[in-house]
Amino acid sequence: MHLYQVVKRRQLAPAIVLFEVEAPRVAAKVKPGQFVIVRMDEKSERIPLTVMDFNRERGTITIVVQDVGYSSCMINNLQEGSSFLDFVGPLGVPSDIENYGTVVCMGGGLGIAPIYPIARALREAGNHVISILGARTADLLILREEMAAVSDEVVIVTDDGSLGTKGYHSTGLDQILAQGHKVEVIWAIGPMVMMRAVARYTKTLGIKTIVSMNPIMVDGTGMCGACRVKVGEETKFACVDGPEFDGHLVDFELAMQRLAFYKDEENRAKAHGACGQEGGH
Amino acid sequence: MALKIPRHEMPCQEPAVRAHNFDEVALGYTEEMAVEEAKRCLQCKKPTCRSGCPVEVLIPDFIKQVAEGDFLAAAVTLKEKNSLPAICGRVCPQETQCESRCILGKKGEPVAIGRLERFVADYEIKFGESHGEKPAPTGKKVAIIGGGPSGLACAGDLAKSGHGVTVFEALHVAGGVLMYGIPQFRLPKEIVQTEINNLKEMGVEIRTNEVVGKITSVDELMASGGYDAVFIGTGAGLPYFMGIPGENLLGVYSANEFLTRTNLMKGYKFPEYATPIKVGKKVAVLGAGNVAMDGARTALRLGAEEVSIVYRRSREEMPARAEEAHHAEEEGINFRLLTNPVALHGDEKGWVKSMTCLRYELGEPDASGRRSPVPIPGSEFELEVDTVVVAIGQGPNPLVTKSTPGLELNRRGNIVADPETLATSKAGVFAGGDIVTGAATVILAMGAGKKAAASINAYLNGENRSH
Ligand SMILES: Cc1cc2nc3c(=O)[nH]c(=O)nc-3n(C[C@H](O)[C@H](O)[C@H](O)COP(=O)(O)OP(=O)(O)OC[C@H]3O[C@@H](n4cnc5c(N)ncnc54)[C@H](O)[C@@H]3O)c2cc1C
Ligand SMILES: Cc1cc2nc3c(=O)[nH]c(=O)nc-3n(C[C@H](O)[C@H](O)[C@H](O)COP(=O)(O)OP(=O)(O)OC[C@H]3O[C@@H](n4cnc5c(N)ncnc54)[C@H](O)[C@@H]3O)c2cc1C
Ligand code: SF4
Ligand code: SF4
Ligand code: FES
Repeated sequence: MHLYQVVKRRQLAPAIVLFEVEAPRVAAKVKPGQFVIVRMDEKSERIPLTVMDFNRERGTITIVVQDVGYSSCMINNLQEGSSFLDFVGPLGVPSDIENYGTVVCMGGGLGIAPIYPIARALREAGNHVISILGARTADLLILREEMAAVSDEVVIVTDDGSLGTKGYHSTGLDQILAQGHKVEVIWAIGPMVMMRAVARYTKTLGIKTIVSMNPIMVDGTGMCGACRVKVGEETKFACVDGPEFDGHLVDFELAMQRLAFYKDEENRAKAHGACGQEGGH
Repeated sequence: MALKIPRHEMPCQEPAVRAHNFDEVALGYTEEMAVEEAKRCLQCKKPTCRSGCPVEVLIPDFIKQVAEGDFLAAAVTLKEKNSLPAICGRVCPQETQCESRCILGKKGEPVAIGRLERFVADYEIKFGESHGEKPAPTGKKVAIIGGGPSGLACAGDLAKSGHGVTVFEALHVAGGVLMYGIPQFRLPKEIVQTEINNLKEMGVEIRTNEVVGKITSVDELMASGGYDAVFIGTGAGLPYFMGIPGENLLGVYSANEFLTRTNLMKGYKFPEYATPIKVGKKVAVLGAGNVAMDGARTALRLGAEEVSIVYRRSREEMPARAEEAHHAEEEGINFRLLTNPVALHGDEKGWVKSMTCLRYELGEPDASGRRSPVPIPGSEFELEVDTVVVAIGQGPNPLVTKSTPGLELNRRGNIVADPETLATSKAGVFAGGDIVTGAATVILAMGAGKKAAASINAYLNGENRSH
């Protein structure tokens, strides 16, 4: 049947791996901001992963996976030549790419991977793209060259100051605004706490901010409702209505709570499967 | 004479045992039981039973063959009208369909048509030979969107006519609700997969992992995909919530999520299978249809201590199959009838812990003829819960319909199709099953698939039946 073979594997950081996977039908259609759902074998979970890159000629999709638990650890153990059993996509609504003027693309930690195709598309659409890349420490700051190639300017921030400016994405944004840039829209993708902090800050500044939500999912087609997020007064299904939403309207507290739904089971899975034991590496 | 033989009960696992496993509850007739039960049929000249079956199975004919012990011939007779008898025999609401019209039911108990159907189909799966002969190809291609009972039935009939058939299925396996919704203990997944393998042997191509509306579209399939016609059978897969406060608390599931994790992803075998399912001690299931019964009985099997069905009407109005409600009760599910929640409450970490409910009484009959439930003022009470499964209904998923310009929908979002031909407002595009009717039954979906296959055949042969 279908073979979703890994044609390239590259370790980007201690627990972060990039995979280029053969999936020609997905590659033909995918747009920035969309995701896929993968399964490794008959017993695996369905794992949602954002598309980092695609090559329509080669028929491949690139994903970047961070080992945070049992399934992501199993994926990261895959080698070149091995295959995924299932690879569904493209899912979700593509990013709203148009010429806004000056846009800021913020990637935090692993979130730099999904921001990459969005930055590229925004730049191709004529925007002046300023990227703010952040991580806890220099070692974890992935895809610097790739981001530089698709941005007009790059600002780097690290929590510990080991690379770029010491501080957070808001620190980077302050720098940009101090230089006199008029920022029309911000895309912010990264851990929930980062997106929440950015959205809170930009709300006070009145700058439209789009975030990409990553709730727990099962089918990814709007059938199960596991992925519901509260946006303003409405409940939305992130897999079909999102994953991108207006960051000023998202209920992050609820979203963070909901991510903890299977904490006990996740620990059991790790103990059972003996993958992802070491935690943060 | 025939009247004197009582209807044969079907052997089942003991309630106390089965409440803790996922094996099939009903065990099916033995050959002797089937023959004896078949002999109860009066072989009516004007068999009223048939008019109760949505696809008019040749009921007396197949039952006669069972009585004569010719089970494989009975299977052929059954399959003339019903492509999925092993499934329908198990899940049809016989008490409101075929068996409700059996003449024997007037004075005593009707012939157990469903159980006989199940027996014959199972016998054929075990002992029958596959009829793998492929008809001469017509060179025409048809795309089927959705691998549920409507799509599978349509695919089967079209393949028999020699058309090239491709089924596009969003999930990683075909089968629709039969795979992700209806639990293993009621419909073993092996049976569904046997039916699907038969289709594959007939040359039907099943493309799993392909979400139409995303990876391709109806227009694209017809313009550049080389398909001469399309059948849409995407079902009613969009879960409804009540719209009351607290529905996003942890521990609140849609029935679809709860059942999908358990059935499709085999969460009941966690951690061997990696998808977790979490059930607490006190579970409330909202609703009283088949979906609710499945949710409640699944919760019990996953280890819940107390499981309640919470429903705002009374027992009589419960839409579930009689057998399921009966089995649920035997297994110890509570029925909290004339009760409805108005709000869910959580603890400081966001886990659901209780539910405020109102009591109801039955008032005057409403438009549907059912007595409508009326809340009793001041009857609020708290129900302690740690898991809530919402099973109040599903609507049409808009992924396909939204991405298909020119497709007429009704105000609920269902596709409008001609009741006779199942043709939609778009030439060459047909639709059937739950996406047209709203959430209904397997047999109606299967029947729609067959009907659409006949129209598609006519359409492809140039007989302009579609408009
Ligand atoms: C639309 C979408 C896009 C995503 N894109 C990527 C991506 O490009 N790269 C990547 O590495 N990860 C991505 N994720 C997250 C990824 O799906 C999860 O990390 C993965 O499912 C965790 O599975 P696990 O068994 O390894 O960990 P688990 O043991 O299940 O979970 C470990 C911890 O991770 C968190 N978690 C669990 N499920 C999710 C989830 N669905 N999303 C986020 N956190 C979760 C929880 O806090 C949990 O405690 C995305 C998620 C979504 C919904
Ligand atoms: C839990 C539960 C229990 C039930 N119990 C009974 C019972 O006991 N008896 C009975 O008669 N009926 C029962 N029903 C109802 C019955 O299952 C449905 O009426 C029937 O399955 C409808 O068939 P369908 O082919 O229209 O759709 P479905 O079975 O819903 O199948 C639709 C298929 O289309 C796929 N799909 C959807 N969108 C897309 C897309 N964009 N691209 C590709 N594929 C897509 C879906 O993944 C799915 O596989 C039950 C339903 C549920 C949920
Ligand atoms: S298909 Fe269903 S309704 Fe028809 S005869 Fe069989 S069990 Fe009865
Ligand atoms: S109505 Fe009953 S007795 Fe008569 S043919 Fe049908 S099943 Fe037999
Ligand atoms: S993941 Fe199931 S509805 Fe979104």
